[in-house]
Amino acid sequence: METLLAFVIGALVAIAVYQLQRRDLVRMVIGIVILSNAVNLLLFTLGRMTRAEAPLIELGAKLPPEGSANPLSQALILTAIVIGFGLLAFSLVLVYRAYRSLDTVDAQDFVELEFDDA
Amino acid sequence: MGIVLAVFAGFALALVAPWITGATGRATGWLYSLVPAGITAYLSTFIAPVAAGETMRVAYAWVPGLNVDLSFYVDGLSLFFALLITGIGTLIFIYAGAYLKGHHHLGRFFAYLSMFMAAMVGLVLADNLFTFYIFFELTSFASFVLIGFNHDEAASRRAAWQALLITKAGGLALLAGFLLMEQATGTLQISAILETGEAIRDHGFYTAIVLLVLAGAFTKSAQFPFYFWLPNAMQAPTPVSAYLHSATMVKAGIYVMARFHPVLSGTDLWFWLVGGIGAFTMVLSAWLALQYTDLKGILAYTTIMALGALTMLLGLGTETALKACLVFVLVHAFYKAALFMVAGAIDHGVHERDITKLGGLRSKMPITFGAAVIACLSMAGIPLFFGFIGKEIIYEATLHLDQAALFFTGAALLANVALVASAGLLAIRPFMGPLNDLTSHAHRPDTGLWFGAAVLAVLSLGLGLAPWLLDSAILAPSLSALMGAEATPHLAIWHGFNLPLALSGVTVALGVGTYFAWTPMRQSAPFRALERWLGTGLDNGYDHAINGLLATATAQTNFLQNGYLRRYIATILGTTVAVVGYTFGHFGFEGPVLSFVGIAPYEWILSLLIVGGALATLFLSARIALVAALGISGFSIALTYLMYGAPDLAMTQFLIETLTVILFVLILAALPTLSEVASIGHRLRDGVLAVATGSMFTALMLAVLNQPFENRMGEYYMQYSYSEAQGRNIVNTILVDFRALDTLGEITVLLIAGFGIYTLLRLKRSKTSEKVEASRASEQVEQLS
Repeated sequence: METLLAFVIGALVAIAVYQLQRRDLVRMVIGIVILSNAVNLLLFTLGRMTRAEAPLIELGAKLPPEGSANPLSQALILTAIVIGFGLLAFSLVLVYRAYRSLDTVDAQDFVELEFDDA
Repeated sequence: MGIVLAVFAGFALALVAPWITGATGRATGWLYSLVPAGITAYLSTFIAPVAAGETMRVAYAWVPGLNVDLSFYVDGLSLFFALLITGIGTLIFIYAGAYLKGHHHLGRFFAYLSMFMAAMVGLVLADNLFTFYIFFELTSFASFVLIGFNHDEAASRRAAWQALLITKAGGLALLAGFLLMEQATGTLQISAILETGEAIRDHGFYTAIVLLVLAGAFTKSAQFPFYFWLPNAMQAPTPVSAYLHSATMVKAGIYVMARFHPVLSGTDLWFWLVGGIGAFTMVLSAWLALQYTDLKGILAYTTIMALGALTMLLGLGTETALKACLVFVLVHAFYKAALFMVAGAIDHGVHERDITKLGGLRSKMPITFGAAVIACLSMAGIPLFFGFIGKEIIYEATLHLDQAALFFTGAALLANVALVASAGLLAIRPFMGPLNDLTSHAHRPDTGLWFGAAVLAVLSLGLGLAPWLLDSAILAPSLSALMGAEATPHLAIWHGFNLPLALSGVTVALGVGTYFAWTPMRQSAPFRALERWLGTGLDNGYDHAINGLLATATAQTNFLQNGYLRRYIATILGTTVAVVGYTFGHFGFEGPVLSFVGIAPYEWILSLLIVGGALATLFLSARIALVAALGISGFSIALTYLMYGAPDLAMTQFLIETLTVILFVLILAALPTLSEVASIGHRLRDGVLAVATGSMFTALMLAVLNQPFENRMGEYYMQYSYSEAQGRNIVNTILVDFRALDTLGEITVLLIAGFGIYTLLRLKRSKTSEKVEASRASEQVEQLS
């Protein structure tokens, strides 16, 4: 499964990079979402995957069951998911705000407006 | 300890000067001069022991791991230069106080000036290559702020900038040379390097070391073809010119060559490069000086002439030449600092420095006149003055060379003839003749304005009459250090009727002739062409080089940072892919055996959904369909987490995916759809980059997966989650207990993002948006009408 995911992640990154290069700001934001998903999955895969128990300690026990999943990568990803959402929400509102102010979601127009101002 | 204090006293004064100058009033210059005077007095106590053959060294570990010490070394040579710097510094401080009396930035000026002095003292006393380099750079920096002191004038700013760029470029070369020197000798300690004898000369790096060190010395000491910054630096207030460009900063380059003379000289490379460039600079600038009518212009070019002469003598390297070098350092410092102070006094009193417009000032400023005449007689090398002795030894040195004696004697003669004429111009033109409209209004200079020049004039005369006073106390120890061998030099006022004396006579005669032919000569075509090519010409070349550099930078910035995100992405990712690809190509790629055996059907399906959902976003254009496709991909990832023992992740991902979809739907409803406008070619180009980046990720992952897994951290948390953090959910204990501060940071980030979102939504309309509104309204009006 890890090998398969390596290819899945590669495909996600490729799609994200392509979307990031679009002029449409909404597609750019979608690129960001896909990219953060890909990176989370990457952390998960590199923490090694097992179809095993969750890293939980049973009542009465002091240690998790032998061979349970790696908690470290999960903790990292949990943080990353939440932060990623913060980034997404902020970017989306920024796009929305830019549209309200400048009447466009085309990145090309932004650059031109900026040069007009200068 | 005392030596460290001597170095840092100037820095201490620099720190307090801006704050206390308001209270010191008219006495500022005299008061502050106590600092250099005190250092001079302290350093003088070393004269006797150093003359007796002792050396002093203090060292404090600074960066012990790299053998960098803050260390100082007093021997004949460093003491010679240190005394010169602080001695002349004392006079300059007094002079500056009078020259800039009442200036609203006087405190700042003294801060810069004493910082410069301290850096210079540190430089000559430094005993570690890095200490040396740091002080060398500090002098460049202090010189930058001093030249640009009148920072509201564009010419000052340009001159400061130019001096900084050129001397810093040289400084970097010097640093490289120092590093190679350490490679060759195995030590950073200068006094130890000087003991290594042939180590550097026999080393494979010798040529590189010489070229790099000389690049530093030549830029600092204004040798051809770098000298053009020095005349421009005359934009600085005159006390700065007098200090930096006569006695000290430009001598830093000379000091570099002198300090390392024992271990670098003695080869053909050194002889011809240092001797040749020095001689060429000397002759060229001596005659260029005659093209100028500005007092400071003449002084600047004759200073370059002196630096050329010193460089030449260091290149020739015989005992007589080195003795001549040391004597000429003193000769030049005394007369040139005096003449700069005279020029400043004239400028101060008349507000004019053009010698064709000045005249008759002898009655208005008699003491200044007296000092100027003595300094100029010394400069011209007239018997009984110190300059005569300097010139005699230079001729003696060039005449007794084993090779190319005629060439160097001729060069010295040619340069000295022009120097005599310059001396005549400086002494006669401003002072003799009748008073004119300008000069009749001149006011009498303050004591501070003539004091320094007078002291130096007395020295020029006194040492001319009794030069042997220098023999054992000053000259013998410094010459010994310069040669790296014992020397007992003797200076005499009279050497009998010999060839140098005859040459002196010829020099003066030709010089007087040149003086009288000055005006027609200056205006003749060949001399104008000389100035046009090698005076302003090099300066213009500098401008072209800088403009070219700026144009390249602009073009590069416009290309790489053109405001379009895709260009930045392409640059960053393209570079990364290339570098990673090269690494794989160079070191080989080792991935695991590609095996998809044992993957359950539902795993294939999930993988397909993850990729398929993302892929669909490329082809769908309806906003709502985009969101749905994105959702499919995200929820499938959540399922993957669930199946691989990460219920917390799955829960969070489910939650966040849901929120994301809601957010998208809410906001996208308000946004227009934009159809793809990129051409096929552009899309292909973007696609190539995308696929390359994706492949790189896959390759990197495979390479990492092929490595053995090391999970000490994860196991640590499993081990101690319950016993230390009292928690059964290990992921949670990591987040809220082991790494609680990180989580707090994360929450803060979210909070800030929340504030940002709120602000963006509530933001008032900006000017740009008003403009857009206005144009939108006018378009509507047009459509209606």
